[in-house]
Amino acid sequence: MCLGVPGRVERVWEAAGIRMAEVDFGGVRKEVCLAYVPEVGVDEYVIVHVGFAITKLDEASALETLALFRSIGTLEAEFADPLAESGGSP
Amino acid sequence: MKYLDEFGDADLARRLLDDIHATVTRPWAMMEVCGGQTHTIIRNGIDQLLPHGVEMIHGPGCPVCVTPLEMIDRALAIAELPGVTFCSFGDMIRVPGSSDDLFGVKSRGGDIRVVYSPLDAVQLAKEHPDRQVVFFGVGFETTAPANAMTVRLAKEQGIANFSLLVSHVLVPPAITAIMDSPTCRVQGFLAAGHVCTVMGLGEYEPLVERYRVPIVATGFEPLDVLEGIRRVLHQLEGGEARLDNAYPRAVQPRGNPVAQAVVREVFEPCDRQWRGIGMIPQSGWRLSPAYAAFDAEQRFEVSSIETTESPLCHAGEVLQGLIKPNQCPAFGRECTPRSPLGAPMVSSEGACAAYYAFRRLDDPVVA
Ligand code: SF4
Repeated sequence: MCLGVPGRVERVWEAAGIRMAEVDFGGVRKEVCLAYVPEVGVDEYVIVHVGFAITKLDEASALETLALFRSIGTLEAEFADPLAESGGSP
Repeated sequence: MKYLDEFGDADLARRLLDDIHATVTRPWAMMEVCGGQTHTIIRNGIDQLLPHGVEMIHGPGCPVCVTPLEMIDRALAIAELPGVTFCSFGDMIRVPGSSDDLFGVKSRGGDIRVVYSPLDAVQLAKEHPDRQVVFFGVGFETTAPANAMTVRLAKEQGIANFSLLVSHVLVPPAITAIMDSPTCRVQGFLAAGHVCTVMGLGEYEPLVERYRVPIVATGFEPLDVLEGIRRVLHQLEGGEARLDNAYPRAVQPRGNPVAQAVVREVFEPCDRQWRGIGMIPQSGWRLSPAYAAFDAEQRFEVSSIETTESPLCHAGEVLQGLIKPNQCPAFGRECTPRSPLGAPMVSSEGACAAYYAFRRLDDPVVA
């Protein structure tokens, strides 16, 4: 929950007066609120905490971080639902 | 040095380490406040790559670990009520209360949902107007903007069957408590990058001045952590105490003013108990009077809560940096991630879980 994950804004829309986006986190797509980064648009990268973008990030840094997170399994851990799993973490 | 390959840029890692080794002339102890940084330090063996005598003290910056026991028990009591759908971040599901956890409530038929974003909980409330949907709003300054915006939207849209059980904690008062403690050994701090992304750096300036302690904001990746450590050590060796930003790609000095404005509207500062540590004055946020109608503590009668911690668990000492996790007698024996006795073994950011995951079962401990 406490980890910020960088992702790329794929699509932006308004819902109930709030800017929302579809954000791609290295293959995992989630709905993210853009209310705190009004300057960000499609194709830009953001750091997201629990479904809210908190800052813009340059592409090179975002891709580096995502590659690292993918290599050590951080992305699966962050987006996992512990109630949906049968076993538990190793 | 097998670890260096795992830093992303092994050359840069080596240069940073060489510089650190060339700089350090005597022992130092610094604290990384954030549990994510603890995880990186243990995973990449950064503590073992540092010069002998440079100690990383693991701080209390894991929200799962410090959410007070009575708040976990309160969550369990609310989750057990008929007609309640209780939503939480996944990390909180296995955190032990006095005698149970949310997973246990779920297995007895409770309606417990793991959500990715607090907005998902509001959505559930809209879809199920007949149910009381409660969201467990925990975390540091990084999750507060999300929880604040969620309550604000629920109020705007008049979603009366939604409420928030709030237990937010804040980094700067924790630093104050650590520095004021008579057992404090900390000589420098790595500040948590994304907390500063939201709040900016301004709150740390008075701490640097008051305690003459270097504070360097940095990120969570191995090279960020190394660079943060390097900058703290340069200041310590040079007899300096400054506020420094080693994470400018994500931290602006003023933080995110839009997020700060919403947080200040929805929350107000309050005293807060930290699990294992005790009460830290003005170290939390609760809902402000304008949002009191959305406060789950007021909506549900769950006041008379008696708490009991496992007598085997030394989480308090771990969280205060007094012992390393593998110095707890229960570590890896009675207490494992599968049957945790304390919160630091549950959370992925918890120090005990990090030591367990990366096989620090009985390494010699650098003191
Ligand atoms: S190892 Fe387990 S019992 Fe020991 S301090 Fe950590 S969480 Fe508590």
